[in-house]
Amino acid sequence: MLKINDINVYYGNIHALKGVSLDINQGEIVTLIGANGAGKSTLLKTISGLLKPKNGEIVFEDEHIAGKVPQLIVKRGLGQVPEGRRVFSNMSVEENLELGAYLRKDKKGIREDFEKVYQLFPRLLERRKQLSGTLSGGEQQMLAMGRALMGQPRLLLLDEPSMGLAPLLVKQIFNIIEEINKTGTTILLVEQNANMALSIADRAYVIETGKIVASGSAEELSASDQIRNAYLGGH
Amino acid sequence: MEIIQQLVNGVSLGSIYALIALGYTMVYGIVKLINFAHGDVFMVGAFIGFYCISIFHLGFFPALVIAMVACAIFGVLIERIAYKPLRNATRIAALITAIGVSLFIEYGTIYARGAQPEAYPSNIVPLKSLELFGVKISGQSLLILGTSVFLMILLQFIVHKTKIGKAMRAVSHDMDAARLMGINVNNTISATFAIGSALAGAAGVIFGMYYTKIEPLMGIIPGLKAFVAAVLGGIGIIPGAMTGGLLLGVIEALVSASGYSLWRDGVAFVVLILILIFRPAGLFGKNVREKV
Ligand SMILES: Nc1ncnc2c1ncn2[C@@H]1O[C@H](COP(=O)(O)OP(=O)(O)OP(=O)(O)O)[C@@H](O)[C@H]1O
Ligand SMILES: [Mg+2]
Repeated sequence: MLKINDINVYYGNIHALKGVSLDINQGEIVTLIGANGAGKSTLLKTISGLLKPKNGEIVFEDEHIAGKVPQLIVKRGLGQVPEGRRVFSNMSVEENLELGAYLRKDKKGIREDFEKVYQLFPRLLERRKQLSGTLSGGEQQMLAMGRALMGQPRLLLLDEPSMGLAPLLVKQIFNIIEEINKTGTTILLVEQNANMALSIADRAYVIETGKIVASGSAEELSASDQIRNAYLGGH
Repeated sequence: MEIIQQLVNGVSLGSIYALIALGYTMVYGIVKLINFAHGDVFMVGAFIGFYCISIFHLGFFPALVIAMVACAIFGVLIERIAYKPLRNATRIAALITAIGVSLFIEYGTIYARGAQPEAYPSNIVPLKSLELFGVKISGQSLLILGTSVFLMILLQFIVHKTKIGKAMRAVSHDMDAARLMGINVNNTISATFAIGSALAGAAGVIFGMYYTKIEPLMGIIPGLKAFVAAVLGGIGIIPGAMTGGLLLGVIEALVSASGYSLWRDGVAFVVLILILIFRPAGLFGKNVREKV
């Protein structure tokens, strides 16, 4: 579904992604784990078109999208929940969700998706007129996810959805990610919480200072000593 | 009753400042640029309105609409040609460019038609004045007020209820998050310039009708005052610009009325200094430190 081939991304003269390649198949949950500053967000921003790779290819459903503008990439069905939620805090929950459907014209479908999102996140329904800046961190995360779902993505990129959330809420968010996946959305999940991420993922990639250093099925990586020591806190 | 008369004058003048201030504040809200050429768009609007009325013998409203449309296009051209290439440059580079654009428009106009002033015909709208409890409100004041209030309500509607308005708010809040929604940021910025410039164009025609005299450098002082009004209300905040404009107009009228009419222009800048000292984020702004 998504095929990334040997991309290099720079911030000025900082070489942030060094020949990264990665594959995602339809229907999978793939997780990308790595320490702070490894280049995870950089990779997601590049996939979504916020950053342009210097070279290399990104192919989404047989279309080359490297260097294309974000609105085209979103239109093709590639959504992202950015790191830190980035909700429009000066707007209501409802307006945020509306913006998620910005490129859609099918009024009826949009209405149905409002229902679906409110079903998935009943909290958002309760707070639909509230300014999103006044939501709790967990609620904002739900809003950011709901907003991305309003765009009907076939591939959803999630950047550290568990960041700053209490363990119970993290579990809830991960359950919802699995649920979203079951309804047919393919998922690329960036996480520092490697334990949780590997527990729901089919496959995983490990990134270190801009390079993919390991990849394999989630079980394989969970079992590997090297990964356990570096990302799963030993044992 | 004299004081109420002055208040009415102040509100009329203030609504002109408010219309110009809206453009400053919307553009600042979205690209963080003080568009110093904005006062000159106002001037261009006044001239377009003038030519519509004097050469093509159009009425006030057709002239107003034509000036607004022409200024909208002009504003978008300014943005695309002068500011867009500098979107990622330092703020000071953009600011200096804005001053350059301003001078270019002013002296380009003088080059094209000379520096001599023109006079708006005084009988464009045959309106009677209104007597209310001994206060005489001229038909023109009413027309100015009515038009400004209508345009401001229209603007609120656009910003809060339409898709492009929501996109404008999203882009001004977080450009990258807006991109992830599929919003075309360049078009949204252009739309902001178009709307702000159209309002300035409308203000130009209204100003011409009210004060009758127009000339190529007429945009400088009202432009600066509208900038003060935008800062007074809180730059980037739309209701702030409306309130700031009206307040400044009223303050000026009251200063004139108390016999200090020579201080009329100075008082705006006293207001600017006071607001920057005591409430730098403006009346409607939250006093937060700038995000890094
Ligand atoms: N705008 C930028 N300008 C310059 N360097 C940047 C910029 N954004 C990120 N970097 C650098 O690129 C590298 C990768 O950053 P990135 O944000 O992708 O890391 P990350 O894996 O998402 O980290 P985290 O887990 O902390 O979110 C880091 O060294 C970072 O300092
Ligand atoms: Mg990151």
